Amino acid sequence: MKIIVCLKQVPKNDSILRINEQGNWIQDRDLTYEINESDQYGLEAALQLKEKHGGEVIALSLGPARAQSVIKEALARGADRGLHIEDAAFDSLDAFGAASVIAAAAKAEGFDLLLTGLQSDDHGYAQTGVIAAELLGTPHATIVMDVQSEDGKLKVKRELESGYFQWVSFPAPAVLTIQSGINTLRYATLKGIMAAKKKEIKKLDAAAIGLSADELAPKTQIRKIYVPQKSKQTQFIEGSASEIAAKLMDKLKNEARVF
Amino acid sequence: MILVFIEHVDGKVNKASYEAVRAAQLISGATGQAISAVIFGSGVGAAAGEIAAKKLGAVYTVENDALKSYTADGYSAAFKQVIEQLQPELVLMTHTYEVRDFAPKLAASLRRALVGDCIAHKVEGGELVLTRQVFQGKMAADVVPVGDKPHFVSFQIGSFRGDECEAGQAEVKALTVNLAGIRQQPEERFKEAKAAVDLTAAPLIVSVGRGIKEQKNIEIVKKLADAMGAELSASRPICDNEWLPMDRQIGSSGQTVAPKMYLAVGISGAIQHLVGMKGARTIVAINKDKEAPIFEIADYGIVGDLFEIVPALTAEAEKLKQ
Repeated sequence: MKIIVCLKQVPKNDSILRINEQGNWIQDRDLTYEINESDQYGLEAALQLKEKHGGEVIALSLGPARAQSVIKEALARGADRGLHIEDAAFDSLDAFGAASVIAAAAKAEGFDLLLTGLQSDDHGYAQTGVIAAELLGTPHATIVMDVQSEDGKLKVKRELESGYFQWVSFPAPAVLTIQSGINTLRYATLKGIMAAKKKEIKKLDAAAIGLSADELAPKTQIRKIYVPQKSKQTQFIEGSASEIAAKLMDKLKNEARVF
Repeated sequence: MILVFIEHVDGKVNKASYEAVRAAQLISGATGQAISAVIFGSGVGAAAGEIAAKKLGAVYTVENDALKSYTADGYSAAFKQVIEQLQPELVLMTHTYEVRDFAPKLAASLRRALVGDCIAHKVEGGELVLTRQVFQGKMAADVVPVGDKPHFVSFQIGSFRGDECEAGQAEVKALTVNLAGIRQQPEERFKEAKAAVDLTAAPLIVSVGRGIKEQKNIEIVKKLADAMGAELSASRPICDNEWLPMDRQIGSSGQTVAPKMYLAVGISGAIQHLVGMKGARTIVAINKDKEAPIFEIADYGIVGDLFEIVPALTAEAEKLKQ
């Protein structure tokens, strides 16, 4: 089974975010980065499928030079080789643009399964994998909890709302978006890190991807970003632990009338 | 025309769809656009009748055996044909798991914009500007769809009050679609764990998140819940780690609650958690990080070490009980 897993590099969860001069995104200097959380579960799912069925895991990342570190991390965890798509033309793609680029790279590479996380922790579009499936003409499933494969047929467990689940079957090749927490992540061993140094990372630029500017034209545009206005005025309660406890219980009883 | 997608399971309308109807009514108030709704399935007449009691121009039913169970292929192919027939300018949906599954495919198949998971809107000079959360709610972004219409917009659950829909009497009309080549074969929906506790009925909830660090520490939060006479619940990571059973999980993949009080201990407040509890009347948050998104919606906030504050609160709640 040939699996391509998409890994997005995002600012670390606890990053202090500063808005850029244009006011339409954050400043990317002075940030530390990590692999998007749900993408990590996609990688682990890919590695487990390879262990069970054999084949190959290709770690794909679309992003600037720094994104190579997420590919290296994936190679150290056990991916076989990397695809790094990097070009200034791809710097500010929306979901449709990113999906178009990923789909073009995946099509050229060929695959049985294309995995993404269910959404990114920065933009949070939750669209890229599904759009890629449409552009590639393959079936897809989102918010996937479990993947079974037999004779070119996939059976996946989807998470629905309110505690429901559902098994859905369809033929490969296909695109799946993976839910966080569905497996136990492995971490890179020293041996894995050493082995990763010998693994290939293929670079793809805009010329290699071969999409026209028209095909990448944004369908959504961010006008500005800002710190959200609070919908509620929060009363912060301060003091020692026992003072806080007494004040809070008093407010819950006499102000909010909870008790 | 604004076209609203109505979701249902076996003919029972998803309450969250009324939020999209309400959004359409508010947008229509500013733009003067007519509103229609569309529902796909097999045997959806009663559901359409229910929707038709709202102030809408028309409710379209799309009946087809191939739409009896939801599939991404079936819904996007049927919806595409409906759009070609009705030519809406704007398609509104509630950002449910089902919508997440098919809407990006549908919009991409038409090469149109989808602005997903929005929390607010404004109409500026006739243009619809959407607000959506980025960086897991730490920032908000004002976003516009560009390019040819229709534009697709989905709103996060809880962004509009479904119970504030204006009443009316809409005409119910039938549309037909041709469907073939649906690749997904869905099985019956099922529940994994029997819901031993119905958290939706609990007036008081104490909920624990990642800040608790270790399974054995959950005991101190359970003591607080007991002292307050509250049910104990958790955010997703706690249940993923099996520190508490799945049926205690609050959020988009767990239960949605609106208790009198929701006390969040060590929960940072990811969007997926907030949608499950932001309807609570009084929200208390204890977290070491002052910037945690949970404080955006908290009435009372305590920035500090939960391992000191929770036992102190338990002692205070015990006092109150006596």
